[in-house]
Amino acid sequence: MSAIKSYDHPTNANQFNKDQERTHWHDSSLWFIREKRDRMSKSLPEWETLRSCASQIKAHTVSKLADYLEEFEKNATARGVTVHWAKDAEEHNRIVLEILQKHEAKRIVKSKSMLTEECHLNPWLEKHGIEVVDTDLGERIVQLREEPPSHIVMPAIHLKKEDVSNTFHEHLHTEQGNHDPNYLTESARQHLRQKFCQADVGITGVNFAIAETGGFVVCTNEGNADLGVSLPKVHIACMGIEKLIPKVDHLSIFLRLLARSATGQPITTYSSHFHGPVEGGELHIVLVDNGRSKIMNSDDYRNSLKCIRCGACMNTCPVYRRSGGHSYAATVPGPIGSILNPLRDAKHHKTLPFACTLCGSCSDVCPVKINLHEQLLTLRTEVKNQKQLPMSKTMPMRIASYVFQRPKLYAWLGGVGKFFLRTMPRFLIYNSLNPWGRNREMPEAPPESFRKQYAQRAKKKSDN
Amino acid sequence: MSSKDHILKSVRNQLVPSADLPSLDQEWIQYDDAVAHFGEVLQAVGGTAIAVEGIDGLTEELAKVPAYTEAKKTVSCIEGLVGTVDLARVEDPHDLEDVDYAVLPGEFAVAENAAVWVTDANIRHRVIAFIPQHVSLVIHCPDGKVEDAVVNNMAEAYQRLTWGRNEFGCFISGPSKTADIEQSLVIGAHGARSLHVFFVV
Ligand code: SF4
Repeated sequence: MSAIKSYDHPTNANQFNKDQERTHWHDSSLWFIREKRDRMSKSLPEWETLRSCASQIKAHTVSKLADYLEEFEKNATARGVTVHWAKDAEEHNRIVLEILQKHEAKRIVKSKSMLTEECHLNPWLEKHGIEVVDTDLGERIVQLREEPPSHIVMPAIHLKKEDVSNTFHEHLHTEQGNHDPNYLTESARQHLRQKFCQADVGITGVNFAIAETGGFVVCTNEGNADLGVSLPKVHIACMGIEKLIPKVDHLSIFLRLLARSATGQPITTYSSHFHGPVEGGELHIVLVDNGRSKIMNSDDYRNSLKCIRCGACMNTCPVYRRSGGHSYAATVPGPIGSILNPLRDAKHHKTLPFACTLCGSCSDVCPVKINLHEQLLTLRTEVKNQKQLPMSKTMPMRIASYVFQRPKLYAWLGGVGKFFLRTMPRFLIYNSLNPWGRNREMPEAPPESFRKQYAQRAKKKSDN
Repeated sequence: MSSKDHILKSVRNQLVPSADLPSLDQEWIQYDDAVAHFGEVLQAVGGTAIAVEGIDGLTEELAKVPAYTEAKKTVSCIEGLVGTVDLARVEDPHDLEDVDYAVLPGEFAVAENAAVWVTDANIRHRVIAFIPQHVSLVIHCPDGKVEDAVVNNMAEAYQRLTWGRNEFGCFISGPSKTADIEQSLVIGAHGARSLHVFFVV
């Protein structure tokens, strides 16, 4: 699966679908999490109030983002935190490297951070001779396999325990054929605890940063962020500028939504609030734009900046569940990724807005009420206007439009279609020229067309 | 132009419609028996809640916990309970790498999600909340009433908190866990393998 190189979603999805059993298994694992999310959301009568509060807080923050960023910097600095600003991924990476070099750091532990993935921090640091160990178990598994994460909350959701067992056997010398998750987790615990103790610097992402106090919050279930930054003296936190919220009390809204939406837990095990460096240590925060301010400028897509990266939209998406995270060829996959990636790089990610059935389920589960499916629809038009659409999509559309404008032709073709569906041998219908016949049965042709039935009914009525 | 100015300028130069902040003063969930609810949720996330009478009660209950009685290296930040390591004398947090058991103060508990607020105000090295094999959190209940140490929801929780000093604080809900291997829940990922919460009345 790591062989996926293409940006073309349908091609990648096809590859994932070759292993049908795995596709079903992937689908049902994610649906199981979606169901847990439903149970959790129903345990709070105020769920919808929380969602609208969260959405409003984020809308407000974006409308005054420059002020809040300045307020954040002022308050963080007053707490002894060093604040850095990075226009893009490259600058972000350079800043991190400079801090590491200043401390002659050679070994780094990092907790899960989509931003550092987005900036490709790991390969950059490795190129400069620094060892970076991802400490979230799922991230560590995919790191050892030299694969990107396939989900933003559960990076190794595409792997079976046998896969993990083989990976650990190869890299951590665990017993061959021992697939017990307890055994494998314990081995990772021993391995990673060593890494924590050897680390010179700890790097984390940021879930929420608070303008009012200059502090920030990091959420994990494993405690890996905390172990990673409380042993070494230096902590670097990397955050996108959209992670800001105005007041610390607003956390009461977001922490209630995040874990419930993500994994169906009432809260993550550890929600750590950092308001200054460890005794005698340093705390650095890197504020990163990398295209975010551009998205802010668009009325159509501004809402996507509200995202708190819970992953609920992925878990519920029928396309994501059946095509796997890697098929999106992007750091953030799924519905939200299908918006963010084409906005940054339309040429490469032009197929993503079409990896969507417009079922609207993502918008229904999103804790900050992003109108995901609407944005995806708008994006399609944009891709079309930029003439980025492949022939396989434009041609049928043009033909359809021609036919729909000619009712008689449409009626005639309907009859022809029914005739062929009924009489043609299977191999003529289910072949590579008809993508609709792949992995699904075509509908059975009704004995009589709707048009005919309607005409007959009308006739009967007038006869009576 | 510095990157800071560049970012601020490109963020500021945009016509984003203004939007008001919502009121946080809403009817957030209340529980008939918040203490019982806390206990149930804590159990569901892999921890245990116990009410004890005074430090003697705490010592008695801890004596029933095998991980505690078998621990070789222990830390206690609770008055009246001694550990084998004096945290105040530890200069390098790496020396805490092999602590088996830590008993630490918790400030209050949240019923809706079984979280306990823990800060580094009285524990010199933050890592002591994360690195021991097992952790117990001890919450002193004012006037001996457990109800006073448990708030209903996170909105109430944040009303209790202040942000004066450069403090590190963490809501801890149960022991460290992961479900990264085929969604099987495993307790004891990197941090504590067990978490007991004691309410001292
Ligand atoms: S778009 Fe909404 S549902 Fe999807 S990850 Fe972001 S916050 Fe979660």
